[in-house]
Amino acid sequence: MKPPPFDYSAPGTLDEALSLLSDLGDEARPLAGGQSLIPLLSLRLARPSHLVDLARIADRELTAIVRTDGHVTIGAMVRERQAEADDAVSHGAPLLAEALPLIGHPAIRSRGTVGGSLSHADPAAELPAVTLVLSAEMVVQSSSRGRRSIRAEDFFTGFFSTAMDDDEILVQVRVPVPPPATGTAIAEVARRHGDFAMVGAAAAVRLDGGRVAGARVALTGVSDTPLLLADADKLLAGVEPTIEVLQEAAAELVRPLSPPSDVHGSSAYRRHLAVVLVRRTLETSVRRAEEAA
Amino acid sequence: MSTFDVELTVNGMARQGSVEARRTLADFLREDLGLTGTHLGCEHGVCGACTVIVDGAPARSCLMLAVQANGAEVRTIEGLAADGELNPLQQAMWDSHGFQCGFCTPGFLMQITALLEETPSPTEAEIREALSGNICRCTGYESIVNGVLRAAGRDVPSAEPAH
Repeated sequence: MKPPPFDYSAPGTLDEALSLLSDLGDEARPLAGGQSLIPLLSLRLARPSHLVDLARIADRELTAIVRTDGHVTIGAMVRERQAEADDAVSHGAPLLAEALPLIGHPAIRSRGTVGGSLSHADPAAELPAVTLVLSAEMVVQSSSRGRRSIRAEDFFTGFFSTAMDDDEILVQVRVPVPPPATGTAIAEVARRHGDFAMVGAAAAVRLDGGRVAGARVALTGVSDTPLLLADADKLLAGVEPTIEVLQEAAAELVRPLSPPSDVHGSSAYRRHLAVVLVRRTLETSVRRAEEAA
Repeated sequence: MSTFDVELTVNGMARQGSVEARRTLADFLREDLGLTGTHLGCEHGVCGACTVIVDGAPARSCLMLAVQANGAEVRTIEGLAADGELNPLQQAMWDSHGFQCGFCTPGFLMQITALLEETPSPTEAEIREALSGNICRCTGYESIVNGVLRAAGRDVPSAEPAH
């Protein structure tokens, strides 16, 4: 239960951190808030040769939350507790504000970072699913190839895997502010409060004249990645969102899935949870969209 | 492996040490500084026993490396009582019988200290939310929640069990 030996650097700038990662190769790992990586070290499930601590980087890009041009841009090193209490987040990305308190416990969120959770890409985690629903973009950077933007839909590539290369660091996540008459919601079922949920659902619904103008739904805990249910929009666009319609859509969307079984719940139980949670989050999103209209 | 110099403030006193990068803050406090009041239960961030306050916010000292705490202001259970007198929170927990074996108590008290600094008069729901990440295997939690209510000057349920 003690981490294996590793070397450590705490660079003061992003450029310095990127050069270090590039020089050290794929045995080095960036360290953000450490709330996922340090348990992996203690359990000896990860054995990096070198940790590059991003917490001393002074660049405001990594530590600030900025509302501009229809986006809320969140620095990757923003602590979850900080984002949770931020007005720009609660106004511009209410789904994110609703999701953050579901992560772990207060002492986890005061260290854990938004960028760390996204880079860790746990399929059961809340923030990856939220970025899918909100069509967020990850801004990543390397020393040799500079900066690029990756859509959330292309970012989560597998079990704890992302589209980032080993020498890249997640700098910011750019979250578009939802258009007017949009409602969002997240709900999950966990064995104990603060545990990773067995299944979670996040949704966004836009209404126009009492009918659905756009819908996005994502699930956690049902696949090796957070899963965007791409048919949601096709299924719901143009319909009047009654409870019966939403119930039917939820069942239809979940039908093709084969969630994993484990000690916490069977595949069939997770599928049941997924239907219930998709329906609930769609219903809540519709209600909130009506209130916002 | 190389060692790193760490300088930090613990309970208002400047402390320093030279550690391997893999040294957790919990082990640094316990082994290097001799502050064994911080307890280690699970050592992977599940039980909350090792909770301390880092720069004003609760943190699990088993999920933090000592090198990450370089320059930080850390508070531990040893910093609560002044001159051998229990502080108001400790006294309230005592009066409510808010512990039995005591193993989880340091983590609870630091988490509660952080809660009361942010929310001086929390509701029972807020208390349960804040303490949801701390595990106690003895009390059943009721007496701990009552202790926090008492410390915050709120009404303690009259059904507080006899001890």
